[in-house]
Amino acid sequence: MSWANILADLLGATVLFAVPLLLVALGGMFSERSGVINIALEGIMIVGALCSCLTLVGLDKSGFGAAHPQLGMFIAILVAAASGAVFSLLLAFASINLRADQTIGGTALNMLAPAFAIVLTWAVQGQGQTTILIPTWTRITQDNFGIEKADTFFQNLIFKSFYLTTIIAVILFIAAYVLLYKTKFGLRLRACGEHPQAADSVGINVFKMRYAGVIISGCLGGIGGLAFTVAAGSGFQSSVAGYGFLALAVMIFGNWKPFSILGASLFFALFKIIGSYSDSIPFLPSFRSVKSSEYIYLMLPYVVTMIVLILTSKKSRAPKAEGIPYDKGMR
Amino acid sequence: MKNFFKSKTFISILASVLSIVAGLIIGFILLIVFNPPYALGGLKSIATAGFSRADKLAKVLYQAAPLIMTGLSVGFAFKTGLFNIGATGQYTVGAFCALVCGIQFQLPWWVCILAAMIGGAIWGFIPGICKALFNVNEVITSIMFNWLGLFMVNLCINNMPKMLADFWGASNKDRTGALASANPSAIIPKAGLDKLLGSNYMNISIFLTIGIAILIYVILEKMTFGYELKACGFNKDASIYAGINAKRNIVLSMVISGALAGIGGGIYYLSGTAQYTIVKSLLSMGFNGIPVALLGASSPIGIIFAAIFISYIQVGGEALQPEYAKEIIDIIIAVIIYLSAFSLLVKNILGRFFKGDTSNVNDEGAAAIKAAPVAVPAGEKSGESAGEPVGVPVGEPAGEPAPGDTGEKAVPVSDADVNKEEGGDQ
Repeated sequence: MSWANILADLLGATVLFAVPLLLVALGGMFSERSGVINIALEGIMIVGALCSCLTLVGLDKSGFGAAHPQLGMFIAILVAAASGAVFSLLLAFASINLRADQTIGGTALNMLAPAFAIVLTWAVQGQGQTTILIPTWTRITQDNFGIEKADTFFQNLIFKSFYLTTIIAVILFIAAYVLLYKTKFGLRLRACGEHPQAADSVGINVFKMRYAGVIISGCLGGIGGLAFTVAAGSGFQSSVAGYGFLALAVMIFGNWKPFSILGASLFFALFKIIGSYSDSIPFLPSFRSVKSSEYIYLMLPYVVTMIVLILTSKKSRAPKAEGIPYDKGMR
Repeated sequence: MKNFFKSKTFISILASVLSIVAGLIIGFILLIVFNPPYALGGLKSIATAGFSRADKLAKVLYQAAPLIMTGLSVGFAFKTGLFNIGATGQYTVGAFCALVCGIQFQLPWWVCILAAMIGGAIWGFIPGICKALFNVNEVITSIMFNWLGLFMVNLCINNMPKMLADFWGASNKDRTGALASANPSAIIPKAGLDKLLGSNYMNISIFLTIGIAILIYVILEKMTFGYELKACGFNKDASIYAGINAKRNIVLSMVISGALAGIGGGIYYLSGTAQYTIVKSLLSMGFNGIPVALLGASSPIGIIFAAIFISYIQVGGEALQPEYAKEIIDIIIAVIIYLSAFSLLVKNILGRFFKGDTSNVNDEGAAAIKAAPVAVPAGEKSGESAGEPVGVPVGEPAGEPAPGDTGEKAVPVSDADVNKEEGGDQ
């Protein structure tokens, strides 16, 4: 492989894996900015991926998908968002209405989602069939734009692994920024995460705002689940390999702010990709004397996050009221 | 007898039983939805498979032992106001240390278990010290340490040729060597129990873990040290004010919690029937400590029963196959935790139902950790600077429950005092 090809592969794959992290971390940001700790992101991703993959398979079988591939993918994205939102309602109900411990509620949902996914996959695909394969038409190729296929840098960079989810992620990122900082809704949402009593005193419905925060995080988390599954490439196996938790780390690393989260997700994705490409990248230490050195690269983002968390713990700006159920009577 | 129905223990048990019943009902609905003709038989095997044969019972006890340890780990942290979601990582590191001692260094089983304890303790120490010194949330740190632990263990095992099964005559390289061929002295003694129950799974680990659970009970409920740890969990500021070194106690809580999970990993893999397989996903035994702790209301004695129950329905779940995926059991467990998350609410309702008031219901689980103030003799310590390592014990817990009490609680204030205090400063 030539240098340019390696670089193109590397950058393309980094973006591909940054997309799910970005989407899910943005989702976590909305939830936490409204005051609800969303540790259930992993479970939400799984449910979103499950429902959208089943949709894709259904579209494939009916022949609709092959005829209108990107429309089919768009439908799957909508399904992912809707199913993630519905699943996140369970968290919202427990933590907002019933004032349950948000971390434990989230942990329960994280256990529920993969088990439910396995049971449902069995039920749909038959006994022992644990993988839902993603149809090949979901990828955007040169044909979609009528471009001649060629082995150039830019074509390798863009078309090697290009999915509709990447475009959607860019749109959603801009929308999330505008929604959080430039609208009345965003201001109110953030107020509920900082000082819900004060927000309530000026007539903001804290319960509604928190529900909105959790549901938005459910939508983004669900789409993130689909984005992860297309990035992983081997089909959906009732797991998102800890990306929900990784997204939580990304969110904290990004200090609960959209642009920092974008940077953090690219950073995490880059390390993940370097790990899997470490053999073919000439300038990296390849630890040839060490067996399965990919684990070293897999550990790096966590180690770096730990160091950053320790160094920035004084400056870290977590929403003040996160994790505390809103109680009107509390002083 | 009438008193028993009013006691907090009874209400805790009842709340747990209600969660279990609700979980089982949802499980039954799933059985009906996915495969109606087998639904009744499926429910029957969940309910009875664990006791159906002696070797199944052995399997239940075999799985319950590490579950008791991870449950104790999570429950101990809950009692001291921390959420140790990192039991999985500590469990993995503990298992690794035990296996290294057993296979690489050919040491006897009890040294391996001590090594497992130390390994788990180290993996609990780091999140603890980050929490105490830098105030980094222990949930996030321990989630990351779960993955760090897993990757590190995999990396190390891959680079220790003596650890792998192919060194000991087996053909596969993706797991550690079987202890039977590598070092039989590292296998936990069976003391004839395997012959009694007719199963190779059975060894003395279940009795070891029950002993440890009783030890933890004594530490938490009968010793000043445990009282200090709990006081930090209830109200950090008040305990600092009382001269307790809160930072040290946070670290110690996490170290003990990690050590317990580490022992769990040790005893599971030293049974001689399990080999550590190199996979890229976290081990579920550590996560299952969370439902065990919640179901057992974080009480060490409750955790013993909760662990046996969870292990029991898991054995039942294996009997569900091939008609159903055994993950239906995970759904049932998840529903049970989801319901335990608002156990405070359930307990309040139950308390009202049995007593006509709610003032006496004090949640044992995590939900109310931040709530109750700790009685501090205010005048005594006011001269000392708050927060710095004073190291003076608070003295004997003033209001230790009377002998007649159920012993579930050692919160050193009677609830009447709490109410009085709260009423007083409004």
